Amino acid sequence: MKKILRHRMFWPVIALLALIVLNTIARPSFISITVQNGQLYGALIDILRNSAPLMLVSLGMMIVIATRGIDLSVGAIMAVSGAVALTIIADSPSPDDLGTVLVAILVGVLVSLLLGIWNGFLVAVVGVQPIIATLVLMLAGRGVALLITGGFITTINSAPYKFMAQGYVIGLPFAFFVSIAAIVIVALIERRTALGVLTEAVGINPEASRLAGVRARGIIWGAYAASGVLAGFAGILYTSNIMAADANAAGLYIELYAILAVVLGGTSLAGGKFTVAGTVVGVFTIETLRSTILFLGVPSAVAPLFLAIVVVIVVLVQSQRLRGAVAKLAQALRPKKPEVAR
Amino acid sequence: MAADTEARPIAQMRGITIEFPGVKALDGVDLTLRGGEVHTLMGENGAGKSTLIKALTGVYPIDAGTIVVEGTPRTFRGTSDAQAAGISTVYQEVNLCTNLSVGENVMLGHEVRGPFGIDWKSTHREAERHLEGLGVRIDTRSLLAAHSIAVQQLVAISRAMVTDSRVLVLDEPTSSLDRGEVDQLFGVIRGLRDRGVAILFVTHFLDQVYEISDRLTVLRNGALVGEYPVAELPRAELIAKMIGRELDEFAAISRSADREIDRGGDPVIRATGIGRRGVLEPADVEVYDGEVVGIAGLLGSGRTELVRLLYGADRADAGRVEVRGRPARITNPRHAIDRRIAFSSEDRRAEGIVGDLTVAENIVLGIQAKRGALRKLRKAEQDAIVEEYIQALGVRPANPNALIRNLSGGNQQKVLLARWLATAPQLIILDEPTRGIDVGAKADIQRKVAELSEQGLGVVFISSELEEVVRIAQRIVVMRDRRKIGELTSHDTDVDDLVAFIAEEHDTQESPESVA
Repeated sequence: MKKILRHRMFWPVIALLALIVLNTIARPSFISITVQNGQLYGALIDILRNSAPLMLVSLGMMIVIATRGIDLSVGAIMAVSGAVALTIIADSPSPDDLGTVLVAILVGVLVSLLLGIWNGFLVAVVGVQPIIATLVLMLAGRGVALLITGGFITTINSAPYKFMAQGYVIGLPFAFFVSIAAIVIVALIERRTALGVLTEAVGINPEASRLAGVRARGIIWGAYAASGVLAGFAGILYTSNIMAADANAAGLYIELYAILAVVLGGTSLAGGKFTVAGTVVGVFTIETLRSTILFLGVPSAVAPLFLAIVVVIVVLVQSQRLRGAVAKLAQALRPKKPEVAR
Repeated sequence: MAADTEARPIAQMRGITIEFPGVKALDGVDLTLRGGEVHTLMGENGAGKSTLIKALTGVYPIDAGTIVVEGTPRTFRGTSDAQAAGISTVYQEVNLCTNLSVGENVMLGHEVRGPFGIDWKSTHREAERHLEGLGVRIDTRSLLAAHSIAVQQLVAISRAMVTDSRVLVLDEPTSSLDRGEVDQLFGVIRGLRDRGVAILFVTHFLDQVYEISDRLTVLRNGALVGEYPVAELPRAELIAKMIGRELDEFAAISRSADREIDRGGDPVIRATGIGRRGVLEPADVEVYDGEVVGIAGLLGSGRTELVRLLYGADRADAGRVEVRGRPARITNPRHAIDRRIAFSSEDRRAEGIVGDLTVAENIVLGIQAKRGALRKLRKAEQDAIVEEYIQALGVRPANPNALIRNLSGGNQQKVLLARWLATAPQLIILDEPTRGIDVGAKADIQRKVAELSEQGLGVVFISSELEEVVRIAQRIVVMRDRRKIGELTSHDTDVDDLVAFIAEEHDTQESPESVA
């Protein structure tokens, strides 16, 4: 029991479960899942589906944060990759052709990779502070996306593209499988190779790592590149959901949600130790919150305030210091009893 | 001629003990500061000087002991408590607001108030008066940032005088000043001394100690060595006291210094004229298989700088390096590691351990970095290596999953040694591997170094403790003032010779050496 309580995933998971329970109490239909035409429907399924872009972005953000960095440009990269992919499809004579769609996705993601490499170059080679380096693209990226779409919101009709975010496979949303694939790939690369522990070493003590022979530059560079690729895929999923490339709205504020998800999952912003599982829980927590707002019909004007309050509560629940203070207070208030055994 | 009669103590520290997890930073140290006296605190790095100062200025709480200021026992819970008791500090890095004016800095928190809030005119006049008291004439409305460090320090001192301090602590104030500025600072210090202020001065420059101070206290390894009137303590004796004589238990370690070294073939490493402008004057070093080359010299003598250049931790801008007779370009640590050269830094915490990783992860970090991220050590291999080195070096606790930051300094050092030994180096550079660690761990590490060199490993060994160097190394490179001033064989050298060699007058050898 004590072991479970001490586990670092305990409080993040509790926070997520508490949210689900509260939602269910407010409206029991929250946890109901129905089957129509062999496909599952329900609020929880929506969460699995809608969380996919944030999941991809957060996984990339986690790796970057582990190196003591931060990537503010992920939202802008999403906008660029979506714009690239949709422009290719819109300009193609056969938008419903699977080949066209695959090319569009590939090019969109490759462009994102280049943007990630650019970020990594600024941070790892030039030595610009991560927050400044990625701020450049955060601001400039949407301009690039607008340039690609010619200033319009490009819309398309393409069944294969639409399938990405809206299709179903064996009863579950395809986007969920994309999430799973990303989680598994990131976990395998980080934990099955030594990349994870070397990344943590660089994040915890860059100078000691350098002297120990760790190729810190490559590791940091790679982290930003990975973040770029993942944001690129997220941009594809996002545009597939609305079938339009909106350079201004795509991935708006997602960098902030991603940072929040990573931190809720127990990775320190100071860099170092990270957990993939924690980030996954963090993403689901945030997505559950967002659907709570919709589900409870919170007026859109107060939605940000609602979100803020709940986030503060979640963070407080996870705060070790606060829990310690509460425990102490409880002990002080309890009538004094002679202490016998344990 | 003990000077007890002349001055009355203003601040007295008795039996000060401070413990950090796993380390006793100070162990029952006494310090007495008298009015009208300049008192210098001496000791090598890790001796506990800065910890003692931080206890006096309220930065660290003390675990045992008493602090009495002007007859009143005090407990400092923070720096403001110490200031309220009349103790002010001027740090090496000036802690003032460089974006405010000189006058604002001097008077911060003590501005002259008029009927409409702060009366700036009077405030500046007051600041001017305080500065002039120290013989400084500058425009008090100019920005502090516009002035040199030297002037900023004087501003910091006059700020201390505004708060009417009885004790002024100067923590390495001269380290970034030139000679003229030092003279000006010393003028100010003498003026304050004559006004009855007790001054605690910390420096690494021996000449300055003898120039300005009346009395000194020597610390070593967190313990008090003694308090001496400066006039009664010659230089060589002071150095000997700072560096210390060791316990008999070390005599048990085989005196590897006398071992014959075969210097027939190519050395493991040969550096010719290696140097870097402003850091180290060109120096020659070579190390043969199975040889331990000691580097002796006081802190700041260039010993660390020399080995950092050898390892590529810093880039040399002069000289050539050969590894086993083949020219080698070593401009970053990877180059050195690829040539099987290992380096353990003197700054264990900042440049050695990766604190939040486990002992096991820290041990395999070196091998893993060498193999690259993709060729991860298999769990079984990793466990075997970790187990082997924990046993061989006696790491305590012998738990591979403990976070390394929770280990004592000595055990952290053993883990770092393990990290490098696991990479099978042909040359290992150890910068102060025994600093600030307990006697047992120190003996373990010395024994291990002697054993490894007997098996053929080349070692460069830096230590502030000259006995250690003389015992372990066959050859000793002596450094002073960022220059190599000579080489001794330990076979016919003892600690006294070495001290004498280091302590020879600084100026005499200055010119001929620069030709080399």
